[in-house]
Amino acid sequence: MQPLFRSRRDRLDRLRRQREEAVEAAARREAAAHGGSQTCPGCGAECSNQELVKTEYVCPHCGYHLPIGAYLRLSLLLDPFSFRELWPELTAPNALDFPGYEGKLAAQREKTALSDAAVAAVGKLDGHQGVFAVLDSRFFMGSMGVAVGEKITRAAEYARKHRLPLIIFSASGGARMQEGILSLMQMAKTSAAIERFSKAGGLYISVFTHPTTGGVTASFASLGDITLAEPGALIGFAGPRVIQQTIGQELPQGFQRAEYLEDHGFVDQIVPRGEMRKTLSQLLALHRKGVFHR
Amino acid sequence: MSKLTAAQRVKLARTPGRPGTLDFVQHLFTDVFVCKGDRLGREDPSIFGAVARFHGRPVTVLGHRKGRTFEENMKCNFGMPSPDGYRKAQRLMRQAEKFGRPIITFIDTPGAYPGLEAEAGGQGEAIASCLALMSGLTVPVIAVVIGEGGSGGALALAVGNRVIMLENAVYSVLSPEGFASILWKDAGRAEEAAGVMKLTAADLLKLGVADQVIPEPEEGAHTDPEVVYAAVDRAIVRHLSQLEKERDLAAQRYQKFRAMGAVREETEA
Repeated sequence: MQPLFRSRRDRLDRLRRQREEAVEAAARREAAAHGGSQTCPGCGAECSNQELVKTEYVCPHCGYHLPIGAYLRLSLLLDPFSFRELWPELTAPNALDFPGYEGKLAAQREKTALSDAAVAAVGKLDGHQGVFAVLDSRFFMGSMGVAVGEKITRAAEYARKHRLPLIIFSASGGARMQEGILSLMQMAKTSAAIERFSKAGGLYISVFTHPTTGGVTASFASLGDITLAEPGALIGFAGPRVIQQTIGQELPQGFQRAEYLEDHGFVDQIVPRGEMRKTLSQLLALHRKGVFHR
Repeated sequence: MSKLTAAQRVKLARTPGRPGTLDFVQHLFTDVFVCKGDRLGREDPSIFGAVARFHGRPVTVLGHRKGRTFEENMKCNFGMPSPDGYRKAQRLMRQAEKFGRPIITFIDTPGAYPGLEAEAGGQGEAIASCLALMSGLTVPVIAVVIGEGGSGGALALAVGNRVIMLENAVYSVLSPEGFASILWKDAGRAEEAAGVMKLTAADLLKLGVADQVIPEPEEGAHTDPEVVYAAVDRAIVRHLSQLEKERDLAAQRYQKFRAMGAVREETEA
């Protein structure tokens, strides 16, 4: 019988190549949306997409972490062919009949090819099975309405049911204004689901990416057993503009950045994008036997 | 019920002299023992906490406090809590859970304070932890929205088995001013925002966010507060006795919030 792989080493090499191909494919899609190059918001340098693909969209000049889409994020993290998306068609109706909301939603879907601002999947990271949810800031600034709240809640419930660790990447402007009070209620709904999952002994790793504010910071994103952040990410409850208006003075340099939160005790570690997979793998391995403690 | 516009109700909900948390505490409870401090080095007067008796039975009372005089307003930061206030609330909720006391909360805040120190102290984490903790409590929790239910700062004390609203109280994702400024870049369109936000008690009853609306006198609760105190008292008694028959209060509360917001799953044509 012809063995599929000659040795374990060959198999690993092949997996690595596949992962790189998956990353590049996702990056090419991203690049097509952006054109040939992007201006780094950190230093103003013109970075070609070819270059950015290799650096996982981190500016090669200043280390600025450019926002990336949910699928690209997942492709950077997950083992090849291990990705299975959960509830891809989940959307929420215009429950408050907010004027013009349907049209705006349709435009966002057209622009991003996403159904709403969250993508959830079950997959393997370095062989560790887990439930992953990622907010995509391109869709309505990653704001949380009913669809996002429901997807995060289902992800926590799914992880609880299947006794899997839960990893959520946040990037959000806060509550989805057009869904009003129902958006606010998603804060209670998602927090309750995380609490249940936690009481059942489940491991939840929360990763803040740029920017995460408002109702997402004040709910599931702040409830991790382990809390990580990407360098330079803006993280806060109130947005900087609101605070500036409230106190009537300039905000200090670096205020509400990941490093500031680390200094104030709200983040375990800041992890550069290039090391995220390795760090998550380490954490998942550390909790392997105890993914569920009860 | 009166036929006021949403914007008029927002104005009534903010009227100075409208009964606040301390007024309800004074009229509905006896044997009130005020509990202060988060045990982490801070005391935030904008969140009131106490152990008291309700119809003879020990309960824990929590509520936003705006203050009655200008001096009190300043001390209470106009009812905008800091993370310390939410951590005090968490402490008192854990204590209520330990001693099996029902929790009654009064909601009346423009929102959690958006300031430098509040951010440095982890406003987001403090609110999130309140939501998580409240969702899992095994004691009955009744939240009464008496004035302004402003955003996450209000919700942090309102994850109840029952949510009751006064007729002219409002409850929303953001103040109408903030809403108009975010969506239309014009805080001056607050009245128009109030109209589309679905923030009145009647709207929220329809949406399933509120369980009961308590009527107010024609000109608002402040014109005849005794009537309002009596009605709120009756409502709490009724809900508490219903909740006492509930087998699993944490599960009931979970399902209540789990059901908020319908979704679709079919592929769009």
